[in-house]
Amino acid sequence: MGQAVESDLVERLLDGEHRALARVITKIESQSPGYRDIVSEIHAHTGHASVVGITGSPGAGKSTLVDKLAKFYRDQGETVGVIAVDPSSPYTGGAVLGDRIRMASNVGDMDVFFRSMSARGQLGGLSTATADAVKALDAFGKDRIIIETVGAGQNEVDVVKTADTVVVLVQPGSGDDVQMLKAGILEIGDVFVVNKADMEGASRTVAELEEMIHLRDDPRAKLDMGHHGAEAMGDHHGHGEHTDDDQDDEPEPDPVWTPQVVETIATTGEGIDELVETLSDHYTYLAESGELDEKARQRAAEEIRQLLRSDVNRLLERELDDRGGIDDFASAVVDKETDPYAVTEDVLEPLRECLEDRDD
Amino acid sequence: MSADSEQRTIRCLIAKVGLDGHDRGAHVISRAFRDAGFEVIYSGLHRAPDEIIQATVQEDVDVLGISILSGAHNTLVPKVMAGLEEYGALDDTLVIVGGIIPDEDRPGLMEEGVDAIFGPGTPMEETIEFVKENAPERT
Ligand code: B12
Ligand SMILES: Nc1nc2c(ncn2[C@@H]2O[C@H](COP(=O)(O)OP(=O)(O)OP(=O)(O)O)[C@@H](O)[C@H]2O)c(=O)[nH]1
Ligand SMILES: [Mg+2]
Repeated sequence: MGQAVESDLVERLLDGEHRALARVITKIESQSPGYRDIVSEIHAHTGHASVVGITGSPGAGKSTLVDKLAKFYRDQGETVGVIAVDPSSPYTGGAVLGDRIRMASNVGDMDVFFRSMSARGQLGGLSTATADAVKALDAFGKDRIIIETVGAGQNEVDVVKTADTVVVLVQPGSGDDVQMLKAGILEIGDVFVVNKADMEGASRTVAELEEMIHLRDDPRAKLDMGHHGAEAMGDHHGHGEHTDDDQDDEPEPDPVWTPQVVETIATTGEGIDELVETLSDHYTYLAESGELDEKARQRAAEEIRQLLRSDVNRLLERELDDRGGIDDFASAVVDKETDPYAVTEDVLEPLRECLEDRDD
Repeated sequence: MSADSEQRTIRCLIAKVGLDGHDRGAHVISRAFRDAGFEVIYSGLHRAPDEIIQATVQEDVDVLGISILSGAHNTLVPKVMAGLEEYGALDDTLVIVGGIIPDEDRPGLMEEGVDAIFGPGTPMEETIEFVKENAPERT
């Protein structure tokens, strides 16, 4: 046990051993003793892969699309890693993870590494576990990494935000989906995919999305909706720059990314090439605008905060236990022997003193 | 729930291999395992041995459960076992087989490295108990 085992595992992962990669992700997922040392060791080997996060309502076709995307990248000679995060049923413990069943285009191809992950035991840290698993795939040498998660709540938004590019999948004709977007997912999408374009209502959903994107990015568009709406429908495959020529010729600000809308039929693969091109455009934009580095810094900051929070919590829990447990404190508060502020002050005092001592 | 009491969740792959369309048993097992608190990945129908190997290795499941009612177990199961060996996954994966496996074929499969065989009529509790007791340690 201990350091040696972890180092050996990391070495085998860096050597390209599939089983070692799989085991590292297991350790990350179950937060086994030693997993932190492993993530620390692989960190220096990361930073080469481009990471795409795909979210959307249940059954929108995310896994089918991921399968086709992986196939496309493989045909270009690139290697692919997929993390399919299923945040459902974290409480009962049991779960059926159903995303893998759609991986049909990459049969037996070990260079597509597909991993199903559940929310078990992560207690809000699911995004940390996902980010760590992505690091493992990156250090292993995957060129492309795709994260799939169902778009339901804040947890999933956090998960998908660990990616460089966020793709939001929408089904045609479901006003519900567009409604859901209004409730928060819209803000995080860099690329919107109207999948199942073979079904009725696809073009209307495309139009609705483009209208929402314009309203979001340019409040003035509200005054001018007819024009923008029509333009949007005519050309929804632009390349991310504002090309409005009817605006005053103010000096061009930093290039801005306008979210793009792409139509796909994941079951047949139609539209995948265009999606790949749009993803590549977005990546180029990120790199050229400096946002890629900025995002990496933001992610690192978030990771540090998250770890600090959970570790400090852990320390405090132990301190509480050492002092007889929270129940006694709670009873004392209820019996008016003390109050919550006084207890907090009391429990934190050693920590505060320690930090203040160091300051002088 | 303290931080160090790492709760162990058993991960299983339930696999249908070959041209075998009987999937009721696989579904029954998947649901029962889920209800027992296991994490279950179901392969779907008509998987090649290579796909089962790929999934077992990558998902790092504790348990591979193969469901076969087609009669092709004597050719398919050894292929899967050989692949697991190749990727270093044989030693720490519990392999169990269910479905229609005639008695006379069982010793051969066990020799290949199968840990247990559960035919029709096996009480579900027995199967779950076996998995809980024999799932390999992941450290
Ligand atoms: C229902 C059935 C069908 C249905 C299947 C529907 C479906 N979607 O599953 C249909 C009508 C489609 C069908 C078709 C055929 N069938 Co059929 N079918 C049966 C039947 C009557 C019951 C199977 C069943 O669903 N049982 C209920 C489930 C819950 O039980 P189970 O699968 O055995 O699973 C239990 C255990 O085995 C175990 N288990 C199973 N998998 C696993 C996995 C793990 C990990 C574990 C731990 C345990 C485990 O746990 C389960 C619960 O106890 C059996 C006969 C029988 N009595 O078994 C024949 C049977 C399996 N079929 C048979 C045959 C030949 C066929 C056909 C080839 C041709 C035909 N004559 O119809 C086709 C082939 C279809 C195909 N593409 O594969 C033969 C197989 C002979 C063989 N293996 O040598 C059988 C045995 C009938 C016979 N006596 O001849 N069949
Ligand atoms: N008609 C049509 N069906 C599709 C298309 N893409 C996916 N589907 C079908 O939609 C169903 C759900 O597909 P999945 O890929 O599992 O969807 P998902 O979003 O991953 O689902 P969850 O992970 O369960 O949320 C499957 O039956 C697919 O075959 C498409 O472009 N057109
Ligand atoms: Mg899916």
